[in-house]
Amino acid sequence: MNITVKNLTRYYGPVLAVDNISFEVRHGEILGFLGPNGAGKTTTMKVITSYLAPNKGQILVGDIDVEESPDIARRHIGYLPENNPLYQDMFVVDFLRYMAQLADVPAEKISKRINEMIDVCGLQEVKHKRIAHLSKGYQQRVGLAQALIHDPEILILDEPTTGLDPRQIIEIRELIKQIGKEKTVLLSSHILAEVEATCDRVVIINKGKIIADGTSSDLRSQLFQGQHYRIQIANKKLDEVETRIKHLPNMINYKVIDPGQNILSLQGKTDTDFARDIFNFAVQEGWVLTLLSPEQTKLEDIFIQLTSEN
Amino acid sequence: MNKIMTIARKELNTFLDSLSGYIILVLFLGITGFFTWLSANNIIFIGQADLLPFFSVTFWTLFFFVPALTMRSFAEESHTGTMEILLTHPVSFTDVVLGKFMGDFLLILIALAFTLVYYITVALIGTIDHGATVSGYLGLIFISMAYVSIGIYASSLTRNQIIAFLIAIGIGIFFQFIFGILASVSSGALSGIFDFLSFNYHYQNFARGVIELKSVLYLLTITTLALSLSVLNLYSRRYK
Repeated sequence: MNITVKNLTRYYGPVLAVDNISFEVRHGEILGFLGPNGAGKTTTMKVITSYLAPNKGQILVGDIDVEESPDIARRHIGYLPENNPLYQDMFVVDFLRYMAQLADVPAEKISKRINEMIDVCGLQEVKHKRIAHLSKGYQQRVGLAQALIHDPEILILDEPTTGLDPRQIIEIRELIKQIGKEKTVLLSSHILAEVEATCDRVVIINKGKIIADGTSSDLRSQLFQGQHYRIQIANKKLDEVETRIKHLPNMINYKVIDPGQNILSLQGKTDTDFARDIFNFAVQEGWVLTLLSPEQTKLEDIFIQLTSEN
Repeated sequence: MNKIMTIARKELNTFLDSLSGYIILVLFLGITGFFTWLSANNIIFIGQADLLPFFSVTFWTLFFFVPALTMRSFAEESHTGTMEILLTHPVSFTDVVLGKFMGDFLLILIALAFTLVYYITVALIGTIDHGATVSGYLGLIFISMAYVSIGIYASSLTRNQIIAFLIAIGIGIFFQFIFGILASVSSGALSGIFDFLSFNYHYQNFARGVIELKSVLYLLTITTLALSLSVLNLYSRRYK
């Protein structure tokens, strides 16, 4: 079941939150919805889940128009809203039962589904506790269990790892990846590493508009051609290094990262032996090279570049 | 219907599972009990085996007590954000509103059921007018329905429970006595209209043992109106 967003526009009063965006999430795909805070991610998700009505445009869940038949569409959607709101004074099991009943899970299957969710989301130890007494990590799992209880084909997760510690973040990501194999997942985040680690494809949104759409390696090769290395020269002054470095073979450009430490970032041509060139050049110049490492997390730069351009 | 009962059960359990629910119940029984049995105009003082003091006190107690119960229904869900998980499930807005209504109304029925002890006690002391008691309770039930729906409407307007409480009281005060006062200071047809709008006018009939169709219809109309406005409010929230 695909999610199709067509020409969606949404205002909050006079403020334009989402400006005529279109994209598609395919079955078996985890799509990362990336953008700075206030870019329109949450609004888009609220419209997809039919919590908010669109001003213009259409949302299709499979062949179902969300505005025309919200009740049918909602049966196929599992939703984890931003900040994971839960009924704090309910017990985990009671809460999941309530959610299952609301989601039209047949009465005879409810207990079985609850047990499955407790297994999948690792809630065995806390199932008889009040939600208010759970740690944030466990609450997040309860939120996921709630979104999954009716075995929806579509999963909408609004910043699912906010406020978790690093270990919990990894656990939740693994869980999402595992679940995402058989479902259509739309996951929003303003954390790039998260999207890179979890998602098959990325849509970057800023000020209500889509500014990039593709796999993370697509985006990287589109916007950041070449190879990138970070170097540090220990025995020379920065201006000496800067006057000589222009003669480095195969280099496209360079950037000073840390003037005090003599750390530079070098961009080299694709399909060359650029690392070897750097090393040989340093030897030839008599530079003591104390750092030579490839730069990988380029999505961050793409993100900053794209979101600051507009 | 299923969904309405699911939501109603959850609402009721939330009350019965929390201290605040019991505090409100105890306060309700405490106040009605005190004025029925211990205050100056109590049942024993008037020397008749009837429940008129109880009915007049409970009428006033409900006016404060119902908004205290209903204030959380939507306001809390808006405040904590659970509204979003509730309304993105396959439930209609009508189901949600009716579910909340049923949950709160059932709690009031439970509270009223406890006061049957007063009735039994009085019935043991002397001969009581059973018919008037039944109609008095019916009056309380219809008044409660009207106040619960007004309270739920008030709660759907805001995310702050205190404000929801005050709005409900603010609307209720018209039915509780402003219309009554307006009736007494105006004359002719106008006075009649204000009298009809005031809950007290209808309630007095019930308490005396007179069940009038127009009273039942009036209170049910107020209930339906307030519940419909709540549903409408949930609709309009999608366009905000």
